Amino acid sequence: METARHNRNRTISLTRKWMTDTGDFLLFTLRYFRELIKPPFEWRETIYQCYKSGYTSLPLVGITAFIMGLVLTLQSRPSLSVFGAESLLPGMVSVSVVREIGPVITALICAGKIGSRMGAELGAMRVTEQIDAMEVSAINPYKYLVVTRVTSTTLMLPLLVVVADAISLFASFIAVNIHADVSLLQFFSQAMEKLSYKDVMPALIKSVFFGFAIGTIGCYKGFNAAGGTASVGKAANTAVIVSSLSIFIIDLITVQITDLL
Amino acid sequence: MQNFRLVATDNIVKISSLKKSFDSITVLNDINLNISEGENLVVLGKSGAGKSTLIRCLIGLIKPDEGEICIFGKKMSEISYEELNELRLKMGFLFQNSALYDSMSVRQNLAFPLRRHKKEYSKDQVDLMVEDMLEHVGLKGAIDKMPAELSGGMSKRIGLARTLMLNPAIMLYDEPTGGLDTVTAKEIIQLILDLQKRKKISSLIITHDLACARMTADRIVMIKEGSIVAEGTYEELEKSKDEGICSYLEKS
Repeated sequence: METARHNRNRTISLTRKWMTDTGDFLLFTLRYFRELIKPPFEWRETIYQCYKSGYTSLPLVGITAFIMGLVLTLQSRPSLSVFGAESLLPGMVSVSVVREIGPVITALICAGKIGSRMGAELGAMRVTEQIDAMEVSAINPYKYLVVTRVTSTTLMLPLLVVVADAISLFASFIAVNIHADVSLLQFFSQAMEKLSYKDVMPALIKSVFFGFAIGTIGCYKGFNAAGGTASVGKAANTAVIVSSLSIFIIDLITVQITDLL
Repeated sequence: MQNFRLVATDNIVKISSLKKSFDSITVLNDINLNISEGENLVVLGKSGAGKSTLIRCLIGLIKPDEGEICIFGKKMSEISYEELNELRLKMGFLFQNSALYDSMSVRQNLAFPLRRHKKEYSKDQVDLMVEDMLEHVGLKGAIDKMPAELSGGMSKRIGLARTLMLNPAIMLYDEPTGGLDTVTAKEIIQLILDLQKRKKISSLIITHDLACARMTADRIVMIKEGSIVAEGTYEELEKSKDEGICSYLEKS
């Protein structure tokens, strides 16, 4: 009896906390749009954050994309060989990479790299009162720290996805050439032949949402970190978990929408 | 409450009937105090007495539950965020741990508020002002250092220099000597006194350090469990027969 009541109370309090957190997060996200259009604009900091989120992520995204293209081609080849459909390999790889694997894997890599950095960076700034120091200096910390970071991930993720797709296809070309002799031009013309506007555009649009989710979740977790240094680690950790999960949810929604079109 | 003295000069800060609770814990209970122009007011009390909450209410980081804070004639409860920021430009806040931006060098830390609020200054002018300010706090050599390379005392001085970059009319110090050795603490106290002498800046100093209170205070307000228990000069408090005051002064 006592245990049942305890469990019920615990469920109620957890639900209440979840709802409060969701409401807080929605308000935090809505504030982004309000602050984004309000001058002064933080161009310099936004460009710096684009450099940090985009340029510094290139090596990791590049290596992952290369391995992804290589493995996908090597794994798919035997199955296609059974049906004598090896010539379809470039087209199959290009559609898989551009539509799904490229955006999702890039977003997951960025959730780990950028989301955790933002959570930890802003979390540390919160617990060491640096955000308060900005506030008391009449500097809007949300605008300076959050708007610039969210904008940078939103802009940079589609670009990283394009780079990752290109590297993956190049790796696929190398993998194809292990067993056959195919020229680069021939490979890419076969790969592009299978791609249509409906493959490329939804993938790029969902990358924008992935980037926005990674930025807002990372910043939200860091900006609202409370307590001591343990909360910094917790902010970074939950930023990665929640943004990774949100990537799959956004992916599921966009796939459903794309199917309807 | 023991009131030893009433100051009847122009009050630039007026706090009346201030109350603040966190959940069921009352942190500030009916606080009334004023700060006059050019005055150094020290709020003295043990850790957890509500001092930091008081100073945070004053700068607008925490909203009080009840009561009113009036700074330069403006009621904090009635002003917009933009007006609050205008007011904050006239106030300097030295954090207990200095709160230097750790991704920026000392030069960038000091230039940051100027670049945001004094856009009319050229880069050379800003650099010159930063160097002058660092010279004033005796740390010109640390200009290109990162906050992680600074000692506690140095961080405190740089934090003070940063708050002074915008020429505030009121300085708020949260435990200015907290965590410092006696010699460094004295240097910080001397800086506070110099500042008041040179620029006639009003100060609110939150501390539990009796030496700091004795050396910097024109007037002391003693706070206990969120309420003001005594007010007066250090000498007046020292002569008090009140048991609570005596025990605090003796123990400290």
